[in-house]
Amino acid sequence: MLKKAFFALVLLLLPVLPAQAAVQVERVTSPGGIEAWLVRDHTNPIIAVEFAFRGGAALDPEEKAGLANMVSGLLDEGAGDMDSLAFQRRLEDLAVRLGFSAGQDNFTGRLQTLTENRDAAFEMLRMALTAPRFDAEPVERIRNQILAGLRRELQDPNTVAFREWYRVVFPGHPYGRPVRGSPETVQAITADDLRQFVSRQFGRDNLVIGVVGDITPEDLGPLLDATFGDLPAEVRPALAPEVEPQLSGEVTVIQRNIPQSVAVFGEEGIDRQDPDFYTAYLLNYVMGGGSFSSRLMEEVRAKRGLAYSVYTYLQSMDRAAIMGGAVATANPRLAESIDLIRQEWQRMAEQGVSEEELENAKTYIKGSFPLQLDSTGSIASMLVSMQIDDLGIDYLEKRNEYFDAVTLDDMRRVAQRLYQPERLTVVVVGDPEGLSAAAQ
Amino acid sequence: MIPSLLARVVLLATLVVGLAGAARAQVFNPETFTLDNGMQVVVVPNHRMPVVSHMVWYRVGSADEEPGKTGLAHFLEHLMFKGTEEVPSGEFSRIVARHGGRDNAFTSYDYTGYFQNIAVEHLEMVMRMEADRMTNLRLDENEVLTERDVVLEERRSRTDNNPSALLSEQSNAALYLLHPYRNPIIGWERDIRGLSREDALAFYERWYAPNNAILVVAGDITAEQLRPLAERTYGRIPAGEVPERIRPSEPPHLTERHLVMHDERVQQPSWSRRYIAPSYNTEDSDLAYPLQVLAEVIGGGSTSRIYQSLVVQQGLAVSAGAWYNPTAVDTGSFGVFASPRPGIEMDQLEAAMDEELRRILVEGLPDGEIERAKTRLRAAVVYARDSLHTGARVLGEALATGQSVEDVEAWPERIAAVTDEQVIEAARRVLEPTRSVTSILLPARAQQAGETDEQG
Repeated sequence: MLKKAFFALVLLLLPVLPAQAAVQVERVTSPGGIEAWLVRDHTNPIIAVEFAFRGGAALDPEEKAGLANMVSGLLDEGAGDMDSLAFQRRLEDLAVRLGFSAGQDNFTGRLQTLTENRDAAFEMLRMALTAPRFDAEPVERIRNQILAGLRRELQDPNTVAFREWYRVVFPGHPYGRPVRGSPETVQAITADDLRQFVSRQFGRDNLVIGVVGDITPEDLGPLLDATFGDLPAEVRPALAPEVEPQLSGEVTVIQRNIPQSVAVFGEEGIDRQDPDFYTAYLLNYVMGGGSFSSRLMEEVRAKRGLAYSVYTYLQSMDRAAIMGGAVATANPRLAESIDLIRQEWQRMAEQGVSEEELENAKTYIKGSFPLQLDSTGSIASMLVSMQIDDLGIDYLEKRNEYFDAVTLDDMRRVAQRLYQPERLTVVVVGDPEGLSAAAQ
Repeated sequence: MIPSLLARVVLLATLVVGLAGAARAQVFNPETFTLDNGMQVVVVPNHRMPVVSHMVWYRVGSADEEPGKTGLAHFLEHLMFKGTEEVPSGEFSRIVARHGGRDNAFTSYDYTGYFQNIAVEHLEMVMRMEADRMTNLRLDENEVLTERDVVLEERRSRTDNNPSALLSEQSNAALYLLHPYRNPIIGWERDIRGLSREDALAFYERWYAPNNAILVVAGDITAEQLRPLAERTYGRIPAGEVPERIRPSEPPHLTERHLVMHDERVQQPSWSRRYIAPSYNTEDSDLAYPLQVLAEVIGGGSTSRIYQSLVVQQGLAVSAGAWYNPTAVDTGSFGVFASPRPGIEMDQLEAAMDEELRRILVEGLPDGEIERAKTRLRAAVVYARDSLHTGARVLGEALATGQSVEDVEAWPERIAAVTDEQVIEAARRVLEPTRSVTSILLPARAQQAGETDEQG
């Protein structure tokens, strides 16, 4: 019914020009010397701000693990002369969205406001950062919510498996502890700890800011001073201790009476500043980062029906880098999935990728990039990552070149370096059958 | 990907939270036209990036399955990636990816949707491929069986490995006595195991036709630009005979139902209740807007009434709230939920929730609470417009479940027009115990004193 010509067209179009990200990033420096990266977009009367302080949960004292996370849950629970309810009501009345989150290496905040409420919205952010109250009622309430969340995570085999994997690979190091802490450490956190965290971690020297939307550089400058100018000029946050991931290549099983086993696997990844990072990114796309197009999806799901989801990811932290993944398969066949993944690891190490795979990975990674920038919030988030990762203000323009420069030889060389099946360390949660034989 | 009931609520919340600004403001300002074969087309212009979100929504979902064939709509959704003569199995997603695009699909009770997000220059290509698989699906027996294993794994991941999801599934089965909303979208395991290639093809031929589909394109395009593309892709497919959607109507609900599930995996107990409620399409659809305001007032966030009372003031719960889903071809549903703090008995939590609901019915709501909730709801419109995908999803879901573009665009006005009396009246009509199921999730039952191991 459809003309053949069209499908010929599909094939002709394969080497495709990626849509250019029509995004202009400007550097704005306030009268007081605070820098933000700005993308102006006057389509809708809204403004999105994202910012991050370098230093996150990895700096939590061991006996107070979960401190950064608890602070992130409490900054919008009362500040200045407003208690929790008054603060939340004010946010609602202004239609302002304000939220915070803690990662291992960074503490992130985001604000969204309508243009008409801009100044009031930034004032709410200023208060949250510089005058949080940490009143007893919200502190206990949020603590209880975190504890309930920790209990709920124990019901989820996926979370249990990931936690155990990081514990096994980073024993005794903060990266081996969950950002949200444990019941004991969360119980140990006091309001004083929360206040100390704020004064120790929030400073202008470890702050990066991204702003997107309906605002000019002229208006933004003074707002930056008004919002962030009261923060201390220097807090010099420490770095987490150095660490080597412990990759025994073994399989650990946490026995659970569930019909499907969840396996988390991984080994060493690549530093974000490593010149081979872009090559590794392409390799990961081919292996398991490319959704339906990846090798693991093909081998584990499409050919054999062993899983609904199988994927890999790269995680580059300040002090360590991980190349990990996960799969879930019914107990009787889980061993088969793990076997296949090891085989693919081996094949990648030995053979790298084909020219076609490399080209497909490049066109996807370049072409899909603008899809990530589909809202003011997601662009603001990108602006913060670019600064945290030190990618340069021209990164959006340069990004395609970085990927284009990768050759098939690069892919072979870096695959050999990164993919080490004997180091692929696995944690399984479930009741898997015949695993030990398969894992050898 | 299956939007579970919870996911539908989240989707609704995006719309709802996203909607501020003046009541007169339109929501997405879409353009719309209909092809000669009856396929409706909606365009939501958004020119920030040279990309589009292309979606085709079919007016068929799990509630249109025959008895014993639960999971068929979703199974077919998976099989739609298994190829046509022109695009071999597995190639659909690969071609999209090779052009820098992302694709996926989803199934719900009342609709099935397919989408690709891609650079606008490749829009016609994905339209041709989507039109191709609307009529030319070809299925290989072995591939069907392998994909059925994938779906069984999906069911284990989503449901069987998760006690909350299992209880939710049981709760829907108890809430609806007869209507197919009682069945899980993904299907009961036994039914999934019996689904065949022939079942899938029969369902496909019965329901997949341009006159039973809606095309939604959001992004860097106008209706004028899209029309010729739509005409030379979907427009070439002749209209099909699509059956009416006849679903059994519910018999009277006369009992309060309480479900208790003990599961050794449970670490954090939870309490929830769902009520049969009006939707935009039921006889009492005039309650659909007041009920959205009600859900916001009593359970829409940390300033809401249930949260303030149960979590903040009484300290009985760690979380609590309410939700309402008006977007259904048949009945909608309304729900309240709470998770107890350690040491709090379920009876005590339930009594406190009942007391809150009773107070609303007896005393009404204080001045200003309803106005504030309405402001919050309408505030979200501007944010909803910001994202490329929100408009496409909201419009697609609305059109697939019997609403019109005008209904979506009038949403802020209709919310603004809700009166305090209507909210209380809606609460009275819906918060009726005999139309509800209360579900309690608890850890494994502790052994009774004196019980022996053999008995336990």
